[in-house]
Amino acid sequence: MQLFVEQVINGIGNGLVYGSVALALVIIFRTTGILNFAQGEMALFSTYITWKLASESDGFGLPIVAAIGLSMAIAFVAGALIERVLIRPVEQARSPLNVVIVTLGLFLGLNSVAQLIFGTDPQLMPSPFPEGNVELFSSGGDAVVISKETIGLIAVLVAECILLWLLLQRTNLGLKLRAVASNPGSARLHGIRAGTMLMLGWGMAAAIGALAGSLVASQRTGFDGSLMQIIIVYAFAAAALGGFDSLLGAVVAGLIVGIADALTVQYVDAFEGIEVVVPLGLILVVLVILPNGLFGRRTVERV
Amino acid sequence: MSLLELTNVQGGYGPVRVLHDIDLAVEEGHVAVVLGANGAGKTTTLRAISGQIHARGDIVFDGRSILGRSPEAVARLGIAHVPQGRGTFTELTVEENLRIGAINRVDGEVRSDLDRWYSVFPRLAERRRQEAGSMSGGEQQMLALARAMMSRPRLLLLDEPSLGLAPLVTRELFAQLGDLNRNHGLTVLVVEQNANLALDIGHWGYVLEAGRIAVQGDARQLHDDEAVRKAYLGF
Repeated sequence: MQLFVEQVINGIGNGLVYGSVALALVIIFRTTGILNFAQGEMALFSTYITWKLASESDGFGLPIVAAIGLSMAIAFVAGALIERVLIRPVEQARSPLNVVIVTLGLFLGLNSVAQLIFGTDPQLMPSPFPEGNVELFSSGGDAVVISKETIGLIAVLVAECILLWLLLQRTNLGLKLRAVASNPGSARLHGIRAGTMLMLGWGMAAAIGALAGSLVASQRTGFDGSLMQIIIVYAFAAAALGGFDSLLGAVVAGLIVGIADALTVQYVDAFEGIEVVVPLGLILVVLVILPNGLFGRRTVERV
Repeated sequence: MSLLELTNVQGGYGPVRVLHDIDLAVEEGHVAVVLGANGAGKTTTLRAISGQIHARGDIVFDGRSILGRSPEAVARLGIAHVPQGRGTFTELTVEENLRIGAINRVDGEVRSDLDRWYSVFPRLAERRRQEAGSMSGGEQQMLALARAMMSRPRLLLLDEPSLGLAPLVTRELFAQLGDLNRNHGLTVLVVEQNANLALDIGHWGYVLEAGRIAVQGDARQLHDDEAVRKAYLGF
């Protein structure tokens, strides 16, 4: 029982990482209708920037929290610029495939450039959270022990989701973003600068990726250019499971994937790599039954 | 001086020219009606005004040339354009749709304006928390009108509001529109196929034919002119 609870909590931690990267995918998908294949590598690049800012020996030695904040700000600006300079001109070519090719190019390009600049050796990311474990409660004599890092990760990512939700649902800016996502032509006729909103959407997605990437890297004993590879697969799976246009769906589906992953590692010992198969198999089954995902809208629209 | 004045406006889509020579004026406080067959250039005229297509000639609003400005910029000057298809934000609630209408306003009266339009359109008040896309065509047209009014427009551009609506709903809509004009001083440029209803609330009418103004005149006279009716309006 105690082991089960521990694994579920670890799964929640990982699941929030998948969920927040999925959030970034959904934000871009909702505002621009594009699946951003480069999301993971944008996050990888930002993670390297965080590392460069924070590293005592190879970088600027900033406190890690400041480094993550600065890296998120840089990612925000870079994401907005990517939309303006690389995506929008291609989008006007009117074939969605062109944009897909650009994001795939970004995916490969960013990964290569990151390794060119920062090298291929594994690097160590300092953690913003204290070391050590916390004993949560005892069940039947065995204490449930969770690392403070996991608790910190969960707290930060939950806070991020709540802030994002408040921004989108409770502010004028959020209403503008959702208006552009829903009907860009009509939004412009209401005086909303659609182009600016698209840049903001990409910037927000990039900043979310920077946070997720940096936190994941800090949990590892070293990270390299492959940091985001499994994560982005799970994030795409979570976005699909959540229904691609639902922010809540992305987070919930991320949690499902994370927990399924953690429990599979613990309890299913069929062959190596089974922990990747089980969550993805689960998603396949759900999508066969519910093609719009768990939270996707079954479009009921009257004309 | 007219609130809106188009002089020798030409424009279209890419190499296809739809508007050849449009001269048109809308007086403050008036309802101007643009009639004409499909493809005559009615919708394109509105798009030229709100900056959605590339146009030449001159378009002056409130003494300023607005030709070549983006739709966002034109909207911010106080021109509300309700496009064909009504521009509904389908995934958002009715109330959020209305708030989008007022999104660039900085005064503190958005709340009282909401209440005001809810009382004019009680159906919208009943459905304020509902997704706008789930409403009927008539309700969405009411929503589009209320959303436009939330921006406190100086000029309302309406593109075929009767399209897809039942005759009774259309009649109700034009009654509302006439009321807004008379009691709130709203200036309107409405494009319509339903000449009868539109001319009833209009002050001045234009008949478009192949991208040119073929006939214009006092709305009542156009309405009663046998020759115009036979040639252009079909009733």
